[in-house]
Amino acid sequence: MQVPSTEPLARNIDARSRADALHDRIFRRTLKFCALLVLAALVGAALSTLWGGREVLFGHGLHFLSSTAWNPVEDDYGALAPIFGTLVTSLIALVLAVPVSFGIALFLTEIAPAWLRGPVGAAIELLAGIPSIIYGMWGLFVFVPFMSRIEPALSATLGKIPLVGKLFQGPPLGLGLLTAGIVLAVMILPFISSVMREVFQTVPTRLKESAYALGSTTWEVLWDIVLPYTRSAVIGGIFLGLGRALGETMAVTFVLGNSYNITSSLLMPGTTISSSIANEFNEAVGTHRSALIALGFLLFVVTFIVLLIARLMLRQLAKREGR
Amino acid sequence: MLTSYKSPIRLAAVAAIAVASTFGMTAQATDITGAGSSFVYPVVSKWSAAYAEKTGNHVNYQSIGSGGGIAQIKAGTVDFGASDMPLDEATLDKFGLGQFPDVIGGIVPAFNVEGIAAGKMVLDGKTLADIYLGKITKWNDPAIRALNPELKLPAANITVVHRSDGSGTTFNFSDYLSKVSPEWKTKVGEGTAVQWPVGIGGKGNEGVSAYIKQIKDSIGYVEYAYALQNHIGYAVMKNAAGNVVAPTIATFQAAADTADWKHSKNFNLVMTNAPGAKAWPITATSWVIMYKKPKNVTNSKVAFDFFKWAYTHGQAQARSLDYVPLPPSLVQQIENYWKTEYKM
Repeated sequence: MQVPSTEPLARNIDARSRADALHDRIFRRTLKFCALLVLAALVGAALSTLWGGREVLFGHGLHFLSSTAWNPVEDDYGALAPIFGTLVTSLIALVLAVPVSFGIALFLTEIAPAWLRGPVGAAIELLAGIPSIIYGMWGLFVFVPFMSRIEPALSATLGKIPLVGKLFQGPPLGLGLLTAGIVLAVMILPFISSVMREVFQTVPTRLKESAYALGSTTWEVLWDIVLPYTRSAVIGGIFLGLGRALGETMAVTFVLGNSYNITSSLLMPGTTISSSIANEFNEAVGTHRSALIALGFLLFVVTFIVLLIARLMLRQLAKREGR
Repeated sequence: MLTSYKSPIRLAAVAAIAVASTFGMTAQATDITGAGSSFVYPVVSKWSAAYAEKTGNHVNYQSIGSGGGIAQIKAGTVDFGASDMPLDEATLDKFGLGQFPDVIGGIVPAFNVEGIAAGKMVLDGKTLADIYLGKITKWNDPAIRALNPELKLPAANITVVHRSDGSGTTFNFSDYLSKVSPEWKTKVGEGTAVQWPVGIGGKGNEGVSAYIKQIKDSIGYVEYAYALQNHIGYAVMKNAAGNVVAPTIATFQAAADTADWKHSKNFNLVMTNAPGAKAWPITATSWVIMYKKPKNVTNSKVAFDFFKWAYTHGQAQARSLDYVPLPPSLVQQIENYWKTEYKM
C-alpha cells in the first residue's frame, strides 16, 4: 500500500474540521435564535398587553381583580366574571372531553380492528381542522335549540339532587356555561385524543403481552400498563386541550350568552376573557380598551398558573414513582 | 424585456409614459377612503358602487366600528370617518373637525311571544326601560297589560336580549331609555356598551335576532331591517307625543324632521324620543366626520360630492336596504352647514 505524504492530508483535515466547527456554530446559533424567537414573541406579547392595560391594571389595581362590575359608562371594570366564566367553561370541557378522549384513544390502539383505525383516526384529525366559527354557528343554530329542549329535564332530574342540584337550576335558555362547556369539549376532543393515541402506540408490545400472559384483562392492561407508561404525555395532551379551551373565542361567544355575572347555575349565561375582548374591542376607546387589554394580560396569567399546576402535578407523579 | 431598458433613451421614454399614465389616472378618478360605523356600511358600499359608475371616483369604506373611525380621522389616515355617536363640541374644536348626519335607521323592540304577531304589541318607553332594568319580569305584568288590553299575554318570564358588542344600536337604545326613565339614567346610563342589569348578550344584530328567534318569550332590540328580514315580531311604540306609531320609513323621517337640529351646533343631537306626532321614538343616524381644513382638498371635495350625490340620488339604494334617506329639511341644513363651516 502506498502511503501518501501525511502533511497535506493533515492540513486538509485541519481545514475541514475548522469549517465543520464554523458550520456547527452557525447551526447552533440558528437553532438558538429560533428558540429565542418564541420566547421573545411570548415576552413581547405579555409586556405589550401589560403596557396596553397599565391604566386599569395599575390605576385600579386590586379592584380590577376582585370586582364583578363591568360598566363601560362609568369606566368601572372588574375581571372576576370573565375569569370565572373562562375557568368554569374550560373545566366542564375537560371533565367531558378527557374520559371520552381516553376511550377513543384506547379503542383505536388496543381494541379496534385494523381496518377501522385509519378512518376513525382521520375523522378525529379532521375534527381538529374545523374552524371555531363553524363550531360557534353549529352551537348557536343546532345545539342551543337542542339544549333548550333538554334543560327542563336536567333541572327536573339532576336539579333535585342536594348540593349538586344548584348547578342545574335555571331558565332553559339553551345558552350558558354548560352549553359552552360542551361545545368546547367537542372542540378539544381531537387534540387530547390524538396525543393520547400517539403515545399509547409507543407502549412496547412486550410489556402488554407479558401482562396478558399473566392473565390480565384488557382493562387491567390499559389501566396498569399502558396508562402508567404514558402518564406524563397523557397529562401533556390534556393540558394542550385545556390551553385551547381557555383561549377559545368565537365558538364560546356564540353560545355563552355574554353577560357579566357569576352564578351557581351552569344553565345561566356568563362570559369569558377572550369572548369579552372579541365582543367589545371594536368599539372600545380609552379606559374601556385598556380594561380589555388588561383582560388579555390576565389570560396570560391564568394560562401560566394552569400550566404551572400541570408541571407541579407531573413532578409529584414522578416523585411517587420514585424516578 | 430587460434589454430594452439598456438604452437610456428608451428608459426615459418608458418612465415618461409611466408618469404620464399615473397623472392621467388621478385626473380621471380619485380614490377616497372612509372608515367607521358598521351601521352605515351596507348603504355606503352600495352608494359607492353606483357613484363610481357615474363619476369614476371610488369611495373605499372600511367598516371598522365607530371608535375605530373616530381614531382614524383624528390620525388623519382617512378622508372621512363615520360614527354612530356624535362628537362633542370640545373634541370637534380641538381637532378642527366638523360632522353631519348621513342616513337614518330605525331600531325596534323585537319579541318572540307565541300567538302575538309583528306590530301587534304596544310598548312605551317606561315599560321598555323597566323590562331592561329587570323590574318587569313577566309578560302579563300589569304595565304591559294596560298597554295591550286586547292581547292574551302569557304568564311567562321575559328573557331580555341585548347586544354583547359595543354598537351604535346600543348607544341609541340606551340613550332613549335614559330619556324616558330617570331610573335607567342614574343606574345604567347611555353608551355603545353599558352594564346591563339583566339579560343575555348576542353579538351583532344577527346574534340578537338569532337569540330572539330561538328563545321563547324573549325581547330584544335590533335594527328595523333585521326584524323584517328575519321575520321577528316587533312592537309598536307610544312616542313622546303620546301617539302609538309603527316603525315605517314615514315615522323614521318624521323623527328626523322634528328633532331639534336648529338649536344643535354641529348636529350634535341624538334624535331618540323626537317630539313629532308621528315620530318613531328610537330613530338613529350616524355622523360623517371630516376636517374643516383638510390636508387633501381634492379628496375632501370628492367626499362632499359623494354625500351630496347620496342625499339626492342615493335614496332608492338606501330604501332598498331599509335605511331611510334624510328628509329634505335636514339636507338643506347640512348643505348650509357645509357652506359656513367647511372653507375650501
